[in-house]
Amino acid sequence: MGRALLWLGPSLVLIAAVVIYPAVELVRASLGRYSITGLYQGAVGLRNYGRLLEQEALPTVVGNTVTWVVLVVGITIVISLGLAQLLNAPFPGRRLVRWALIVPWAASLIMTSKLFVWLYDYYFGLVNRALVAAGLLRGPVDWLGDDATVMGAMIAVGVFVSLPFTTYVLLAGLATIPGEVYEAARVDGASGWRAYRAVTLPLLRPALLVAAVLNIIYVFNSFPIVWTLNDRNPGMAHDTMITYMYKIAFKSALRDVGLAAALGVVNVGLILIAVLAYLKVSRWREEPV
Amino acid sequence: MAGGAGLIRRAAAGGLGLLVAAALLAPYAVMLLTALKPEAELRVTPPRLLPAEWRPQNFWAVLRDPEFQSWLRVSLVVAVVSTALVIAAAVPAAYHTARHRFAGRGAFLFLVLVTQMFAPTALVVGLYREFFELGLINTYAALILVNAAFNLAFAIWILRAFFASIPREIEEAAAVDGCGRAGTLLRVVLPVALPGIVTATIFAFIAAWNEYIVALTLMTDAAMRPLTVGITTYVTAYVQHWDLLFAASVIAIVPVVVLFALIEPYLVSGLTAGSVK
Repeated sequence: MGRALLWLGPSLVLIAAVVIYPAVELVRASLGRYSITGLYQGAVGLRNYGRLLEQEALPTVVGNTVTWVVLVVGITIVISLGLAQLLNAPFPGRRLVRWALIVPWAASLIMTSKLFVWLYDYYFGLVNRALVAAGLLRGPVDWLGDDATVMGAMIAVGVFVSLPFTTYVLLAGLATIPGEVYEAARVDGASGWRAYRAVTLPLLRPALLVAAVLNIIYVFNSFPIVWTLNDRNPGMAHDTMITYMYKIAFKSALRDVGLAAALGVVNVGLILIAVLAYLKVSRWREEPV
Repeated sequence: MAGGAGLIRRAAAGGLGLLVAAALLAPYAVMLLTALKPEAELRVTPPRLLPAEWRPQNFWAVLRDPEFQSWLRVSLVVAVVSTALVIAAAVPAAYHTARHRFAGRGAFLFLVLVTQMFAPTALVVGLYREFFELGLINTYAALILVNAAFNLAFAIWILRAFFASIPREIEEAAAVDGCGRAGTLLRVVLPVALPGIVTATIFAFIAAWNEYIVALTLMTDAAMRPLTVGITTYVTAYVQHWDLLFAASVIAIVPVVVLFALIEPYLVSGLTAGSVK
């Protein structure tokens, strides 16, 4: 045990100082009262949690979060299933497509988000230009300013940046399916779509579950897209629980540390539930040496 | 094999693949083309895809901008030092957990997994409280520590897999030849695990390079902003330098895309620890 501590020590110190300690601080802050300049002014019990429930914006924000997570993850997985299928078989130019898939993954999310603010621009954005030229729109749309289109516009970007990781996980899953399975299916008369449903999808289940749960965590935690694409709009009408928490803590007139921390604890609790789901679907266990 | 049908299928897949690649790259092509436009051309309606006048000087303007140089310096310091910390902490932990069973091993790996799931986003209020109380707001130390801690997990998973793949016999032979534990690790194990170390290094570097929310929160002083936070000041309610914003973005994105492509074969296994085999 002492020896192990020596080898694990640096990692343990880092995790204790920068993951566990802030988690404790978060809980403590959620139970306290703070001045507008951030000074601790004593404990208030669960009062911040009570105030959180009374916030007028809360139902909207929770609804937005559910919409954001469910639609981004759902649409991403459907498209990624197709992309993984496409990239699993050899064709000329496959390497080029795999490289193209790297770009939205490697690029900084804040830079990609700024890029989409520009692309969605009412006057100068190429999205309106292309859709009008193609006859799909009669006139330009204020994608990021119109309450009816903001969430959809953000979801499109969320899907765009989630596709690479998801597709690569599903490709890794497809690689574990032996070719003989398809031979057997063909002998049984199943091919094409039927073989896909009867053979591929069930065998892909573990990879699908892992991709789904990890994406739920990533998309729930996602900050730069909603923060950037929604930053022109006043109020909390299009915020998720993460950006709402950030606004309460650092940006709005509220600057209410206790309230933000209470929401932070709720967010951490939700992620913990997702982590437990991950452990279950990935059948995580301590593997033998 | 059915030659004709197979050929048609492959051609169709190639065409579809080309469309997919175009869709993925199109936004970044607009980024590059906008970075190459003179500022006056940004305000043209209807907008045009190609610059009428090509202006590669935008890139020089960005590289010579003292603010950009300051953001770049902060980003490099944070990314390099936090990556060094990640490797220094992850190598012994990964090696020990790959080679030995001991009380608390499962608990340790579980803890590492949980830190990987928790992007610092959810904890950001707690992180701010911690560094505020320590008086470390606007310091390199704060941002370096946060990046190191949250990028540790990936490095441990990747390195563990490499260490576990090294046959014990090689190490035993080295021990017989008179290498101590540390000597064996340095001279025998690390060279074999080098691809894993390169992968972990690139991953930790890029993750720190791209990090946004913690930098936005802890680095409130303009002189301490890294690139991700700094470039957003090119476009605000008062100034609209989209050309410079995108030139700076292209400079920041191109090297990491190349590095990321190098480690692509290992990414999935490191990010889906303990599952997809």
